[in-house]
Amino acid sequence: MISDRPILLRTGAAFAALLLLLFALGVGAAVGETAIPLDVVAKTVANRLWHAGYPLEPIDEGIIWNYRLSRAMVAACCGSALALCGVILQSLLRNALADPYILGISAGASTGAVSVAILGIGAGALTLPAGAFLGALVAFGLVSALALRAGRGTSAIILAGIAGSQLFNALTSFIVTKAASAEQARGIMFWLLGNLSGVRWPDVWLALPVAILGLLVCLWHARALDAFTFGTESAASLGIPVRRVYVVLIAISALMTATMVSIVGSIGFVGLVIPHAARMVVGVRHGLLLPASALIGAIFMIAADVLSRVIIPGQVLPIGVITALFGAPAFALILSQRRSVL
Amino acid sequence: MTLSAKNLHWSAGGATILSDVSLDVRPGEFLGIIGPNGSGKTSLMSLISGIRKPQAGAVLLDGRPLSDHGRQAIARRIAFVEQQAETTERITARQAVELGRTPYLGALTPWSRADDAIVDRALEEVDMAHFAGRLWHTLSGGERQRLHIARALAQQSPTLLLDEPTNHLDIGHQISLLQLVREQELTVVAALHDLNHAAMFCDRIAVMQGGRIVALGTPAKVLEPQRLLEVFGVTVDVERDGAGGCFIRYRRPEPRPPRLKLVASEGK
Repeated sequence: MISDRPILLRTGAAFAALLLLLFALGVGAAVGETAIPLDVVAKTVANRLWHAGYPLEPIDEGIIWNYRLSRAMVAACCGSALALCGVILQSLLRNALADPYILGISAGASTGAVSVAILGIGAGALTLPAGAFLGALVAFGLVSALALRAGRGTSAIILAGIAGSQLFNALTSFIVTKAASAEQARGIMFWLLGNLSGVRWPDVWLALPVAILGLLVCLWHARALDAFTFGTESAASLGIPVRRVYVVLIAISALMTATMVSIVGSIGFVGLVIPHAARMVVGVRHGLLLPASALIGAIFMIAADVLSRVIIPGQVLPIGVITALFGAPAFALILSQRRSVL
Repeated sequence: MTLSAKNLHWSAGGATILSDVSLDVRPGEFLGIIGPNGSGKTSLMSLISGIRKPQAGAVLLDGRPLSDHGRQAIARRIAFVEQQAETTERITARQAVELGRTPYLGALTPWSRADDAIVDRALEEVDMAHFAGRLWHTLSGGERQRLHIARALAQQSPTLLLDEPTNHLDIGHQISLLQLVREQELTVVAALHDLNHAAMFCDRIAVMQGGRIVALGTPAKVLEPQRLLEVFGVTVDVERDGAGGCFIRYRRPEPRPPRLKLVASEGK
């Protein structure tokens, strides 16, 4: 168990993880249509944060600071948040296939965002993230109600999720196609597949606090999540206030999903695959699984974003295409491996 | 510590499952609960453990309703082993037992050497120390059940509730598991299926029928042929060993009168 390892080792691991994340952010900012050396990235950051005064090409500095770094930061936040949601949902629902995308939460969030952005629902009082949050909650409520009626089981939750995400994706397409201008219609790809193109610093200041808050709330509940290993009744008999834990963790995953979807659209497979990858590396204990998933999710998403920018020269693929290209085979692998476990 | 149920009532989906059930658990005793399928044993166990709240009546722990104690405080007093709790997580035997320490660990409390020692002892107690590193899904039903007991022991609560702990175990494992529980210095309440096991291990037995307790007392008093016929619908002989113990022997039911057979004619 991790917690009986010496404190030095744990601090060391946390430090290494942070370095790894910083390195990934640096690479994310360096790679692109014009490749910029890593040291220029570092100098840019030093110039902007501490007025270090390194002489740099203003264009390079501008590209790094205004476009790529903010983009990499948001990618990292999204990756960790979605991976954390995956861990929470898989543990609470005791279902290896649960994630915000499969359960339709992402689809609901994009419908909510589109309703605010295009239909003008809320008449200015609702912000885009608030719309996405409401959409996420509505979708999650509908899907869980349907799953409960269908009998709670593993397949019931997944089937309800499929119904939910199909419905909300159809609603999103309907709203965009009907009400939008040609320009807005192109945005449908954004909401359905995810896109980091428009991301700037203000988005970071939304995504980062939510991701950090999410990580802290999850870590606070790490032992409670462990206690769900043998189901809710077992958790209750171990002294876990089951209902409160459910409400808090479902709310935080709805908040994280909704925030990220409102910034980058709905991105699949990250929440599903990353927790499994993390389990293979660090095991099933949540005290370690949660931070590991957050880190791997962040790095995976930065890498996916870099790939989406360089894979077709001169064009940017929606990031959801990349995550699905890698996620779907990984998903297949999990499915075929689980047979041997069950 | 005292644990008692007062006039419990529980219904689900319009059907009454428990009505007016009262029960005092004596400190240090092994109390068996027997009764046919659907007589309310499992529901009673989940009410006593505090996992479910009774719709009327109360479970009293030290004279105060369970709902007045916090969840964590209850878990430190009462450990509960459900029927067949399973997982698909790739956890080790030891990790499953470590969960028993949950009621003592807050979000920021570090895992300590003392916790490790308690888990070690619990694993040894159920003779599973050599399997500590094995993954859950590679273990047999009997081994898993012993680990559930070890988890409950690691919980260090003075009262242990067991819901049909020997289901699906072979006879050797059934008896060694009950013996293992009996040897602990704990108050035990166990829902049991096998009447002979109840007779062998229990200090007192409560008999449930149709959501009520219809008899309560020592095995020799409670296990009577007439009662067992009424409750379970089986004809038995009860042998007494003279020292307060008893054995149940089941009689094969009388053959039913032969049914009329329809013989296919040739259709003429």
